[in-house]
Amino acid sequence: MVTKDLSRMLGARLTGRRPAAQDVNTTSGAPDAHSQFVPRRRRALIERGIHAVLFLCAAVSILTTAGIIFTLLGETLAFFRDVPIIDFLTGTRWTPLFVSQSFGVLPLVNGTLVVALVAVVVAVPIGLMSAIFLSEYAPARVRAAIKPILEVLAGIPTVVYGYFALLFVTPILRDIFPQTQVFNVLSAGIVMGFMILPMMASISEDALRVVPRSLREGAFALGATKFQVTVRVVVPAALSGILAAIILSVSRAIGETMIVAIAAGLQPKVGFDLLSSMETMTAYIVQVSLGDTPQDTIEYRTLFAVGTLLFLMTFVMNILSDWIVRRYREVYE
Amino acid sequence: MTQDAASRWRPRVRERNAIGRGFAALTIVSTLLGIAVLVALLVDVFGDGGSQVDGHFLTSYPSRFPEDAGLRSALLGTLWLLVLTTIIAFPLGVGAAIYLEEYAPDTWLTRFIQLNIANLAGVPSVVYGLLGLGLFVRWFALGRSLLAGAMTMALLILPLIIVASREAIRAVPDSQREASYALGATKWQTVFRTVLPAAGGGILTGTILALARAIGETAPLITIGALTYIAFDPTGPMDLFTVLPIQIFNWVSLPQEGFSELAAGGIVILLIVLLLANSIALFVRFRLQRRFD
Repeated sequence: MVTKDLSRMLGARLTGRRPAAQDVNTTSGAPDAHSQFVPRRRRALIERGIHAVLFLCAAVSILTTAGIIFTLLGETLAFFRDVPIIDFLTGTRWTPLFVSQSFGVLPLVNGTLVVALVAVVVAVPIGLMSAIFLSEYAPARVRAAIKPILEVLAGIPTVVYGYFALLFVTPILRDIFPQTQVFNVLSAGIVMGFMILPMMASISEDALRVVPRSLREGAFALGATKFQVTVRVVVPAALSGILAAIILSVSRAIGETMIVAIAAGLQPKVGFDLLSSMETMTAYIVQVSLGDTPQDTIEYRTLFAVGTLLFLMTFVMNILSDWIVRRYREVYE
Repeated sequence: MTQDAASRWRPRVRERNAIGRGFAALTIVSTLLGIAVLVALLVDVFGDGGSQVDGHFLTSYPSRFPEDAGLRSALLGTLWLLVLTTIIAFPLGVGAAIYLEEYAPDTWLTRFIQLNIANLAGVPSVVYGLLGLGLFVRWFALGRSLLAGAMTMALLILPLIIVASREAIRAVPDSQREASYALGATKWQTVFRTVLPAAGGGILTGTILALARAIGETAPLITIGALTYIAFDPTGPMDLFTVLPIQIFNWVSLPQEGFSELAAGGIVILLIVLLLANSIALFVRFRLQRRFD
């Protein structure tokens, strides 16, 4: 009874309609041949109830975001009561699991950005060239054959990529550069690059394909070669989409967890030595999660402080990418 | 001036064509590089792990001794998690999609929900793990149970299901809805008996692909504290659990001889499960998708 009233109110509020009370003739509901019909008023109630339930389903997404923010913020604020935020953001020593604790997050940020940089250096040129091939050069049949293969590459679980980085790519690197450590940033970064390659390629390809044919034909008419048309007309026209793809790739690389947890090691340090081990923010979260860290300890709260920073970094990039697409999209008739 | 320009003009046709061919070749090489890595990965994994896969490997519990170890608890855990995640995520996702496509008025709230779903799709999976840890494991006091894991996973794949379902619902032409209304159907009757059956193929395909993603996810479950060593069968939603990718991760991390082969064997099984899921999705797409022309 109560829930029905509630859903009715909700439904009414949502649609901006008043609860229906207009039908008089069906309330008595003569139980004859029409008895299989649900009375109109009850049907209207059911309709409104369903409307409310469906709205609640959609509202779960808002609750999820709220949940993420409150969970992260709650523990993070508790963390900053013990560790000054300035020390956290500017400190260069990260040793929360040692006896002499230090909470400077920069080593983790450094590790994260270095791995992401390697990944982007791999994924952006190869992904863009693949996109150009698929959009400009490949015959329809070849394109139809290659796109699913790239999708398979995107569908492989990250733990598999981690295995591949540690046990296939790293040994090769160690043959080429003997000083390579078992856990190293280069291997994790390269493999991560191939993991985000399909996303980079597919978003860029979409951007290239919406460039209208007339632009290409105009350039051809001026005597440009296919290469010149592609590089000087099509790619510049699709630049906003390509830029958005690059930013999304960076965001994905920053948030990627298993590859770095398996192959990049657990040494938080500031530096740029690609052949050595570094710890990323995500790998740290995994490291602490594997140990049994009791609640209400500062170690437990570091999880959420690092998680908040990670969330903010990827959030800003996702918004930025979205904004670039909206702001700089060339609109063609 | 023009004469000067004309005298400096060199068509350089041969040179330009050579550059063009070189560039075209480079695009092909780049595309093949991605495929080559995929092939190398599969050959590497199946080469290392193919020989591991046998009846014993599938039916034994994990063990300190690599020759005894198996995937039993991980396989059962993945199955349990899959079922629970589906029960939670499928109705929520399809319900949200129906609301956004069929019911939602064009208000700031609707736009906010849509923006929100798009943003959630970009949140790193490990952050969902922190949400699950703080909310389900601690606050709801569900512990490191299958249920906590499934709820976390459900939130993770919800945006994927919503986006796919919305696309499928949008593809149903308005003529179908109008025909239903013309017969006196209410809104919900129209949605449930006309729109949903017509969109069913797309919705199911999208859901299966989202679940395939959940099968491969590792980080959020590690974060909520799914264990790496489970030597019993899960029997209910409140049991502790492990899943395939976590078992693989555990084996990869062990330095002792023999475990990396076990990890490869686990990966072979995981990839077969994913192949199966994708084949089902493909099958559903072909069998159930209705076309309106």
